[in-house]
Amino acid sequence: MSTPLLIEQLLNGLQFGVMLFLMAAGLTLIFGVMGLINLAHGSLYMVGAFACAAVAAATGSFWLGLAASLAAAAAAGALVELVVVRRLYDRDHLDQVLATFALILIFSEGTRWLFGSFPLYLDIPATLSGAIQLPGGGRYPLYRLAIIGVGILVATGLYLLISKTRLGMRIRAGESDREMIAALGVDIRTLYTVVFALGAALAGLAGALVGALQSVQVGMGEPVLILAFVVIVIGGIGSIKGALVGAILVGLVDTLGRFLLPKLFSAFMGPAQGTTMGAAIASMLIYVVMALILAFRPRGLFAANA
Amino acid sequence: MRDGVGMTRETLVGFVLAALLLAFPLVASAMDEPFYITLATRMAVLALAAVGLNLALGLGGLISFGHAAFFGIGGYVAGIFAAHAFNQEPIFSAPFEFMGSDRMPMIWLAALLISALAALPIGAISLRTSGVYFIMITLAFAQMIYYFAMSWPAYGGEDGLSILARNAFPGLNTANPLSLFLVCYGLLLVALLVFATVRNSRFGAALQAGRQNETRLAAVGIAPFSVRLVAFAISAAITGLAGALYADLNRFVSPSMLSWQMSGELIVLVILGGTGRLFGPLAGAMLFVLFESALGGLTERWQFFLGLILLGVVLFARGGLMGIVAGKVRHG
Amino acid sequence: MAEAVLSIRDLRKTFGALKATDGVSLDLRPGEIHALIGPNGAGKSTLIHQIAGSIRHDSGNIHFFGHDVGTLGMAERARRGLGRSFQISSLAPEFSALRNVMLAVQARQGSSFRFLKPVMSDRSLIEPAMAALERTGLADRARVPAAELSHGERRQLEIAIALALGPKAFLLDEPMAGMGPEGSRSLTAFLDSLRQEAPILLVEHDMDAVFALADRISVLVYGRIIASGTVDEIRSHPEVRRAYLGEAA
Repeated sequence: MSTPLLIEQLLNGLQFGVMLFLMAAGLTLIFGVMGLINLAHGSLYMVGAFACAAVAAATGSFWLGLAASLAAAAAAGALVELVVVRRLYDRDHLDQVLATFALILIFSEGTRWLFGSFPLYLDIPATLSGAIQLPGGGRYPLYRLAIIGVGILVATGLYLLISKTRLGMRIRAGESDREMIAALGVDIRTLYTVVFALGAALAGLAGALVGALQSVQVGMGEPVLILAFVVIVIGGIGSIKGALVGAILVGLVDTLGRFLLPKLFSAFMGPAQGTTMGAAIASMLIYVVMALILAFRPRGLFAANA
Repeated sequence: MRDGVGMTRETLVGFVLAALLLAFPLVASAMDEPFYITLATRMAVLALAAVGLNLALGLGGLISFGHAAFFGIGGYVAGIFAAHAFNQEPIFSAPFEFMGSDRMPMIWLAALLISALAALPIGAISLRTSGVYFIMITLAFAQMIYYFAMSWPAYGGEDGLSILARNAFPGLNTANPLSLFLVCYGLLLVALLVFATVRNSRFGAALQAGRQNETRLAAVGIAPFSVRLVAFAISAAITGLAGALYADLNRFVSPSMLSWQMSGELIVLVILGGTGRLFGPLAGAMLFVLFESALGGLTERWQFFLGLILLGVVLFARGGLMGIVAGKVRHG
Repeated sequence: MAEAVLSIRDLRKTFGALKATDGVSLDLRPGEIHALIGPNGAGKSTLIHQIAGSIRHDSGNIHFFGHDVGTLGMAERARRGLGRSFQISSLAPEFSALRNVMLAVQARQGSSFRFLKPVMSDRSLIEPAMAALERTGLADRARVPAAELSHGERRQLEIAIALALGPKAFLLDEPMAGMGPEGSRSLTAFLDSLRQEAPILLVEHDMDAVFALADRISVLVYGRIIASGTVDEIRSHPEVRRAYLGEAA
């Protein structure tokens, strides 16, 4: 097994992790600040992807599409928050699960209604379509590196937002004691809408970025959503640091697992059986890791309220 | 010790629904419309699956978003047993040779047992957490099994597994739609009886008390974890049995029975009918299947409207159908 | 002297920088009512939580009938005979008063893993439960859901549940909280009669009740016991007066 191949897989894992972080950060913020479990987050990912694809196709510019995805996802998020989610804050988790599940149906079928059942295609922008040389030989797509870069930017941006701005301060206060900050006169309702829209924008961004790598289709958000749940369960609900660590961990474990396990099993069982077995175990690997972590730390690695 | 008008009305409505579910396919059979018999069977099987979930969710307050795992396990038990019996290949050869089975009672027993056994480790880990964590973890475990089924080619992988001839039940021709319906309906009634018995028992009292106030339960000396784990296992067994029946009904099992969408659908069935109510799952399943077939016939976009209705139910009609009919629950 | 029923030695608990329990030692002897008093924020409830097992202590020992129960969870300690009532009523709100008490009876009788017999026709559960409700004056409210009971009735129900457990020691956390004078008087008389069944560690603010009931009083201030003794000893204790009244003895 060659080093360039390994490095390529590591970078892929990092890129996957970054994309998961974008989803997980929004989810964990929304849960941390508002106490809301939001199954519709995957739909916002999808909205971002569709907006990007549609606008890019219409204007010929990926960048305009990207801007549109942020705007559309944030707007969709704000709308959903104002109309539906607002009524759910005081409800129990079961109601929140069911209501946001209903939103998935509405978004999915609604999107299918508008765009049809066939996937849309989104092209990688020309400026990012090349590849660069990696140390040790081998080339890596520039676009994927750019995604990793975006992830670092977003993580830094979020860190600065949460720790250095007044909005961030309100978010942190809201995470520890919701009722208190309302009593202190902070406009909770606007804060919640802003946080929800922010989370939605991150999800939309992730959707748009990945849309250029895979296709843009209805239902693309849910598998990512569920992985994002795994990420925040591992990282600790409410913790952005946990979301980052969890996301990178999940991204690396999943990617490297799919790459290495078939080879590992093939060494013992021969190529045919080994590949099958390895692939099957690799598809379960991340959940096994989650179960192991939870067996020792039921609240995740960096639980916000231990 | 009956308590107030609400309970009697609820039981009455429940009996009416059960009677309707029985009458409907009998009439369809007389009119030689097998499609409607199959529809009714679908209602009965989904109701059974929902009864299982209702035990954990409605009585225990355990919001399992992974019950499709057990539904699918039951389905695959049916499929795998039947496939091996048909091909005359043993499933395993040690300590004894097991050739699968194409007999329903054997399959049901296996589905019940294996689902319950699967629920033990899943529950043991998941129940150490609570709230949102529990929801996400049960979802994640179901996903794990889903992806495994997708990538395990021996039993069809993504394409699923067909059951070539419907499994046998002594004394009945199970290929006859009405006979199959009666089998499923009978099992549903048994499950409802089990649910009612458990709910009224000491175990049920502990389980429901734990849902209402976990600290109170521990303070009297009953460990919530053990009670919940047992409830989770029983719940899984019932849903697993339904999965086996579903596979037999469709003569097909695929990973979609393990999907998160299926888990969501099961929760919808319970909530539509009324969480925790005895006949809630029956009401929910009948409503859902009716809606699915009626609206599905009108438009391909029926899930959009289902979403709207669900949203409406959550926001405005919180007790589900039985809640509207019978008012607040009196526990006595 | 008979061996202490409950024996706490050097118990400590800190939350971050706050020493909620700072080396507390006390014991509960058979047949006595031992009152625990102290100003607000002294850490009385935290102490009760640690003894009952709902909060894990950091260091120190908790012995119940000579056995170290420190590593046991709340349910296990309750099974061994440590009955408690909560400062803020902790009841199963949908269940009636009767069903709440029946739960305790059921727990006392042993296994809850019985699946067949309906509880509502089980006299072995109903009769002891009704007896406990009668003793606390709630018999005519037996069928009312706990959520619909008045505040005072809920406090009574808490006691009834603790009674039905047949515990070997009671931990009562401000049972009189929020009760009017009438309710407090009858509860005081009731607790007086209760001491024969099992000793009581009583956290209370109601000084009339404390002075009327207590065999011994311990005073908790900022997580430490500053004084412990009979009613008269405590009444005249200079540090206690200072803690409560802020004046020199």
